[in-house]
Amino acid sequence: MSGMVKALRSVLQPVLLAVGLPVVILAVWWVLTAGSTSYFNPPLRTIVGVFGDTWFSSPFGESRIAVDVVPSVLRLLSGYAVALVVGVTLGVAIGSSRVLRAYAEPVLEFFRAIPPPVMVPILMLFLGIGDTMKIVVIATGCLWPILLNTVEGVRGLDPVLRDTARAYRLGRVATVRHLVLRGASPQIVTGARQALSIGIILMVISEMFAAKDGLGFSIVQFQRSFAIPEMWSGVILLGVVGVLLSLVFRAVTNAVLGWYLGYRQSQHGGA
Amino acid sequence: MSSPTSPVSTTADDVADRTGGARLAVRSLRKVYSGRGEPVEAIADLTFEIRPGELVCVVGPSGAGKTTLLRCMAGLMPATSGELVLGESAITGPPQGMAVVLQEYGRSLFPWMTVAQNVELPLKEKGVGRSRRTELVRETLAAVGLGDVAGSYPWQLSGGMQQRVAIARAVAYEPQVLLMDEPFAAVDAQTRFELEDLVRTLWKRLGITVVFVTHDIDEAIYLGERVLVLSARPTVVLEDVAVGLGAERDQLETRGDAEFARLRTHVYELVQQAKKGVRSLAEAHLTHPAAVGVEPGGASGPPRVR
Repeated sequence: MSGMVKALRSVLQPVLLAVGLPVVILAVWWVLTAGSTSYFNPPLRTIVGVFGDTWFSSPFGESRIAVDVVPSVLRLLSGYAVALVVGVTLGVAIGSSRVLRAYAEPVLEFFRAIPPPVMVPILMLFLGIGDTMKIVVIATGCLWPILLNTVEGVRGLDPVLRDTARAYRLGRVATVRHLVLRGASPQIVTGARQALSIGIILMVISEMFAAKDGLGFSIVQFQRSFAIPEMWSGVILLGVVGVLLSLVFRAVTNAVLGWYLGYRQSQHGGA
Repeated sequence: MSSPTSPVSTTADDVADRTGGARLAVRSLRKVYSGRGEPVEAIADLTFEIRPGELVCVVGPSGAGKTTLLRCMAGLMPATSGELVLGESAITGPPQGMAVVLQEYGRSLFPWMTVAQNVELPLKEKGVGRSRRTELVRETLAAVGLGDVAGSYPWQLSGGMQQRVAIARAVAYEPQVLLMDEPFAAVDAQTRFELEDLVRTLWKRLGITVVFVTHDIDEAIYLGERVLVLSARPTVVLEDVAVGLGAERDQLETRGDAEFARLRTHVYELVQQAKKGVRSLAEAHLTHPAAVGVEPGGASGPPRVR
């Protein structure tokens, strides 16, 4: 009997830990706004009430999820993918060459210091307001953390491992694949995690300037047409999309960095 | 002294005799580090030759350029002048047919690969076929006594086991020359004895040339057929000491042997003199003078079996 309780607890405990605080926050929000008559701060009950209708019903053929959310997420993923490929490739090149690093680093620091949203009006001039502009905005914003972290990771590779690879005559391709990318993967993942949050921000911002669809566009539309509960439901949906993306990210990370956790523990004596 | 059994020899039987060794010649090697500050002369002039299938140990005071010498031999570092020849060809980069075991076992194994993958990777690059690779990985891991941890990660193993993985990787590569740079400096004394016997056993089975760099005088004499004693930097060879202890070594008997003690005293004195800056045998003041009557091939001790 107590064995079953124990087993149940071992399943429930992590779930409770994960959802406990969100439940508390929602409950507080619910209670505090329950009697709200403020037009701009409607009761959470009202927001939840319009949530389903706003995003999933399809009075004009297609739901907002299909028309606005899916394109947003696709643009985010495209820009993010471009940033990953370009960032890791350049990062490996720059990280492997001291000369290249000396030339590139000041310039990289400069570009990294520019807040990515200011690129939106500039890129609009060159690329218009279509998907290309938004993908380029997301890609240029996501690029820097990935690039700079990859450079750090590649530069920090253990020289003993490099010697080992050379002594066993590993070719260029094998060295990059088995040594450089794997060795730098903890830092690459760190950069990719930072880039993901920047990407979500830019996804929304690029749609707020000028767009014909998208999650950010919808939220601004609702605000302008005084559909305040719908606007709030969009903000909540944005949060949910973010959480889902980070869950996917974590699953991928665990697969790529499975070794790293144990390795680090063994280095720090189980800390 | 001729005890035929050592604890590891039974497992090492799995490794078939295959490659044979190659000659390694070092002629007038000089290495100067010219960094930002004053250039530092690490190696002044080294000339020696290691015959095919020989096990030679290199000792010297710390900072004697032992690692520099090994890195030059491994082709990881260019010599300032002089010549290094493996077999018939000059060493300009990491040569084919050479494997290296480094002191930092924990850092020379890829932590994102399992033990088996670590051993297999160089073989893949060498173009060894899949089935042969699997066979080599299995049999070398068995030979170093790690057959049951092939799927573990290196960092899950103890230091001694990690160094065994590095040795298995080197042996699986089927080199003609195996270079070892203070490989047991960081493992505990008991593991060290086991690993020493493992090196002797594998060396005898494979017939490869082994160069073993160490700062441990006892280890050098126990393992080597010859011991090269280096001076302090800038390095020259102080003496090329022949070890007449026979082919069979045993941790208890060999180390208790009178000849072992004599060699140990002699080499110890040499290294002490080297630390004081003595740069040739003629300059050295030895209370236990040279190895009288011991020529390579050994007058004392049983004849060497090859």
